Amino acid sequence: MNAATLFGLCGAALVGFGLYGLVTNPEPLRKILAFNLLGSGVFLVFGVVSRRAAASGLGGDPVPQAMVITAIVVAFAATAMAIALVLRLLQETGRSTLNSDNPGGTNTDRGNS
Amino acid sequence: MPDANVLPDATTTDGALLVLAIVLPAAGVLLSFVLGGRYAERIAFVLLPSGFFLATIIFADVWQSGHRLIYIVGDWKPPLGIALRADGLSAAMMVAMAVVICAVAIFAHADFGTRAGSVEARAPFAFWILLMAIWGAMNMGFLGGDLFTLYVAIELLTFAAVPLVCLDGRAETLQAALRYLLFALLGSILYLVGTALLYGSYATLDIVLLSRRVHMEPATLVAATLMTIGLFAKTALFPLHLWLPPAHAGAPAAASAVLSAVVVKGSFFIVVRLWFDVMPAMLGPAGAQLFGALGAAAIVFGSVVALRQQRLKLLIAYSTVAQIGYLFLMFPLALDTVSAQLQGSSALTGGMLQAISHATAKAAMFMAAGLIYATLGHDRIAELGGIARALPMTIFAFALGGVSLIGLPPSGGFLAKWLLLEAAVATGQWWWAIVMLAGGLFTSGYMFIVLSSAVAPSGEPLKLRVAVPRYQEAAALALALTSLLLGLVALGPIDILQVGRPEAIMGGSR
Repeated sequence: MNAATLFGLCGAALVGFGLYGLVTNPEPLRKILAFNLLGSGVFLVFGVVSRRAAASGLGGDPVPQAMVITAIVVAFAATAMAIALVLRLLQETGRSTLNSDNPGGTNTDRGNS
Repeated sequence: MPDANVLPDATTTDGALLVLAIVLPAAGVLLSFVLGGRYAERIAFVLLPSGFFLATIIFADVWQSGHRLIYIVGDWKPPLGIALRADGLSAAMMVAMAVVICAVAIFAHADFGTRAGSVEARAPFAFWILLMAIWGAMNMGFLGGDLFTLYVAIELLTFAAVPLVCLDGRAETLQAALRYLLFALLGSILYLVGTALLYGSYATLDIVLLSRRVHMEPATLVAATLMTIGLFAKTALFPLHLWLPPAHAGAPAAASAVLSAVVVKGSFFIVVRLWFDVMPAMLGPAGAQLFGALGAAAIVFGSVVALRQQRLKLLIAYSTVAQIGYLFLMFPLALDTVSAQLQGSSALTGGMLQAISHATAKAAMFMAAGLIYATLGHDRIAELGGIARALPMTIFAFALGGVSLIGLPPSGGFLAKWLLLEAAVATGQWWWAIVMLAGGLFTSGYMFIVLSSAVAPSGEPLKLRVAVPRYQEAAALALALTSLLLGLVALGPIDILQVGRPEAIMGGSR
């Protein structure tokens, strides 16, 4: 097994863990952490893609590297925005859950989220 | 248009217009930040009409020449560089979205207007910036020529759309926004995994180059599946629609109109790009039937739940869930039975027309609901009695929007559903025709519930909380009339949707 395959498998495992956490955890903060784990896995896959497509004499294909920088910035911005929303929710309600069991909320989706 | 596809990409005359369509909104956002909140509205009111003007020029250009407009950014050709391409689909969607966004801007002037001498407020500042950002992100999604640019576009769209949900800062809208953001993030990261896998297999993400290289293998299949699921989550296709009703119903009226009419169409458009342009031969009959089945489930589920709603805005939001279902019926209907490829056909035209007519009709309905809410102080459907006498123009706009959703002639919805029905009959897939007709009946049902309640006489004299400005009613009515008269495009520019369809290169795609 060469390094690229090993890192590829690590990336796949991170994607799997992150996806599992994002789907099963009810807590928004944990969901955000899971999203970041998932994101790291994807960035690792991009790195592997870059390494595998490297021309002779080069360390890696620069295009996936350019993409992954953009993707990291996007994921960072997304995390910041999600955290800001969770904080605001905590200030407003004293809780940071997504269960809409408050009387003013919607009652149609209860139990589904 | 074979030569447009066989020739290597080169910047066409007027290609720079495509850059302008993306740069203008971005410049507006930056300028608003620099000059501050009191100028944001004025900047939007200068830039949004110019954006509409720009979109019509691009539309006319594509329609008359019958070719795509192309701009190669920095003259770096794909696969290293980025191409912007406007085909018929992009041009038509750009014009439609510009119309909706301009009407929303006029409507929002009452709620988010900045009067002379007033202090800077947070909500108007945010609203105008986000509106321009949504416009720019949509244009980027329509014009982007490679899958990574489209990823950036849907991310921008999400970041602009989520804060619109919670502009008023109430706890339940914050929850709705957070749930929306989490769904959207899951969607975009799945899409990103897909692009990584595709780049790893084919060393390009450019749509034209990729469509020539792509072939059926495990990596492609996994990539396509992940990207599609991600985009479904962003488009709120059943069963990934859970975030949509609270988010769209809780937002302020002008924001609901943009979210429901414009934002969900962005990710839908990328689904179309992915399956019609990048890999038309890969969906196959089974995949197409699955897309159609999800669409049909969305129609039935959304309509039945809409019938049971007691609040007007939630009813309209569930109606959006149902109407999104129609968009996905075009996949089984556009599948050519001989070659098993997705083709530019009357089904594709019908599907895109459905997207456009739903955008105009739904924006009008959300605006009308917002005016009703402002006037009465509530939107409980059972207590709407007498409102038709107080706001006749608004109720008329709401009814006209419903006419388009149901699909009565001469509305855009009628032409769209007629084209889809025709394709269903022509390809012998009668089951989709039944779903469409049943959906029309359900839609008539919930429109009847609302309208019969609205025109009923009220027991006691209505207490009107505010007098709604006439131009707000006019904006809603104008959009509803647009949707109603959209059926008339059958006489003219409907052919533009076929401009730049890549049939010519499909022969060598495998």
